[in-house]
Amino acid sequence: MHVPDGFINAPVSAVAGVVAAGAVAVSLRGARRELDERTAPLAGLVAAFVFAVQMLNFPVAAGTSGHLLGGALAAILVGPYTGVLCIAVVLLMQGILFADGGLTALGVNISVMGVVTVVVAYGLFRGLTSVLPRTRRSTTAAAFVAALVSVPAAAVAFTLLYAIGGTTDVPLGKVLTAMVGVHVLIGIGEAAITALTVGAVLAVRPDLVHGSRGLAAPLKLRVDGELVDAPAAAPAPAAPRSTRKVWAAGLVAALLLAGFVSFYASADPDGLEKVAADQGIDEKVEEHGAADSPLADYGVKDVENARISGGLAGVIGVGVTVVVGSGVFWAVRRRRTREASGTTTGTRSD
Amino acid sequence: MGAGHAHKLYRHGHSPVHDLPPHCKLVAVLCFVVVVVSTPREAVWAFALYAALLAGVAATARIPAGFLLKRLVIEVPFVAFALLMPFVVPGEQTELLGVPVSVPGLWGAWNVLAKGTLGVGASVLLASTTELRSLLLGLQRLRLPPLLVQIASFMIRYGDVITDELRRMSIARRSRGFEARGVRHWGVLAKTMGALFIRSYERGERVHLAMVSRGYTGSMPVIDEVTASRTQWAYASVLPVLALAVCLLGWTV
Repeated sequence: MHVPDGFINAPVSAVAGVVAAGAVAVSLRGARRELDERTAPLAGLVAAFVFAVQMLNFPVAAGTSGHLLGGALAAILVGPYTGVLCIAVVLLMQGILFADGGLTALGVNISVMGVVTVVVAYGLFRGLTSVLPRTRRSTTAAAFVAALVSVPAAAVAFTLLYAIGGTTDVPLGKVLTAMVGVHVLIGIGEAAITALTVGAVLAVRPDLVHGSRGLAAPLKLRVDGELVDAPAAAPAPAAPRSTRKVWAAGLVAALLLAGFVSFYASADPDGLEKVAADQGIDEKVEEHGAADSPLADYGVKDVENARISGGLAGVIGVGVTVVVGSGVFWAVRRRRTREASGTTTGTRSD
Repeated sequence: MGAGHAHKLYRHGHSPVHDLPPHCKLVAVLCFVVVVVSTPREAVWAFALYAALLAGVAATARIPAGFLLKRLVIEVPFVAFALLMPFVVPGEQTELLGVPVSVPGLWGAWNVLAKGTLGVGASVLLASTTELRSLLLGLQRLRLPPLLVQIASFMIRYGDVITDELRRMSIARRSRGFEARGVRHWGVLAKTMGALFIRSYERGERVHLAMVSRGYTGSMPVIDEVTASRTQWAYASVLPVLALAVCLLGWTV
């Protein structure tokens, strides 16, 4: 599963390295919020746990066995930020000490196995637990689904990187089928083990499972033979966080991807367009209304170099999207604040 | 944590390579691998030269070839993948020992095998000539975020402890007649992992309390700052510079 050197070309590896470094930087801040100054020893010990877990072999059938990847498990047990950090540290140490995964492919490995796995697993887990009834069983079920999807998601992410910067032109369809096919099978095993493990921890120390913090039953006191709710310690209100940095980072990443990566993107039709052309679906497709706009077909008119033109179009596209998107967001928020202030004044006048 | 805590991958010695400061070696290996990866695959002789360079470093470090070759086993999974390539990549076909294979597939397999093997070789050389602790110091010197270095150092320090705990649990299971034979036994193994997680987490809490009681405020004091003289940097740069020369030749020839 670890990507060796020479598999993905240098520019894409560099971009993946930047993405991984950004993700680790964000996780460092986030983990400090999750664990404050206990971050170093706790995250270190959890990383050691992930490392040990990857050594535990699970027999599958007739002499074959596999091991856990641990991304989903770490995300659910200790939270997404600490999860990304632990996986990243494990991958870094495996790369330097055990030569498992190439040094130039470290960014690719962290992005695919750390970031994508953890983000997909935790997002899915959070989404499911908010919908399902708040019981232990549904937490375990959500852990199952999250782990099940996270592994093929990582495989898809890898295929995407391979499509942009693979050093050999294996037909993409074949790579995708093989990768996703194999990883769906791996994902089933991962899901079963993750769910069982989360269940085992839930049974003993439910407070340690980050993903089920809301599950704790309120403390009851028995006063004169009757159960009374204990006075709960008021949780400290979270300080309002500035979103400006997240914004800036997102914008930079989008511009980087649009301007730089599209440099290396293939000019061939994408999979959907290819299928459409092969099957003759697109015979009736009319030219898009904006076909002769200055940015038609992801290129800037009157710019000769196809790559620069593509990159420029990407940057302009991101810029326009950001402006339009923040305009809409701003308008909605203004309306909402006005409504809110309207209702408060209304209640006051009553 | 006194003596005897060197990892199994490290090979004790006092060669010029062992004595180089860790961050010089890290930078040298990284540059070497980057150069190798950006070499055109058609320059087959260049990869032979790279291998010779690595062999030269191994000879200077007095690392026996058998030790290195044994450690190269780690790359078996992607060798399997590379061997598949000539059969699945479309393109011009050719005969190899009577089996039809594709030419671009062969080039692809060669590319992955050569660059991957050289990368593994360089990392193995680094790990077998550098102690764990100095590797971490080197990473810190290279301005890796201190928190990340701390996490990595805790992982390294307690990795063996946690792994041993896992081993003891496995002995305890087996001494009670348990043998994992198939999917039916996953429940037991998963409970092992759950218990291991709780133990690791609680150990982390204890370690943190012990550190706080000794005055820990969130950062580790740096006692032995590693430094490198200009000569040492020059020695370390021999490998990547020679590799760069080979790479440039590979692009022009």
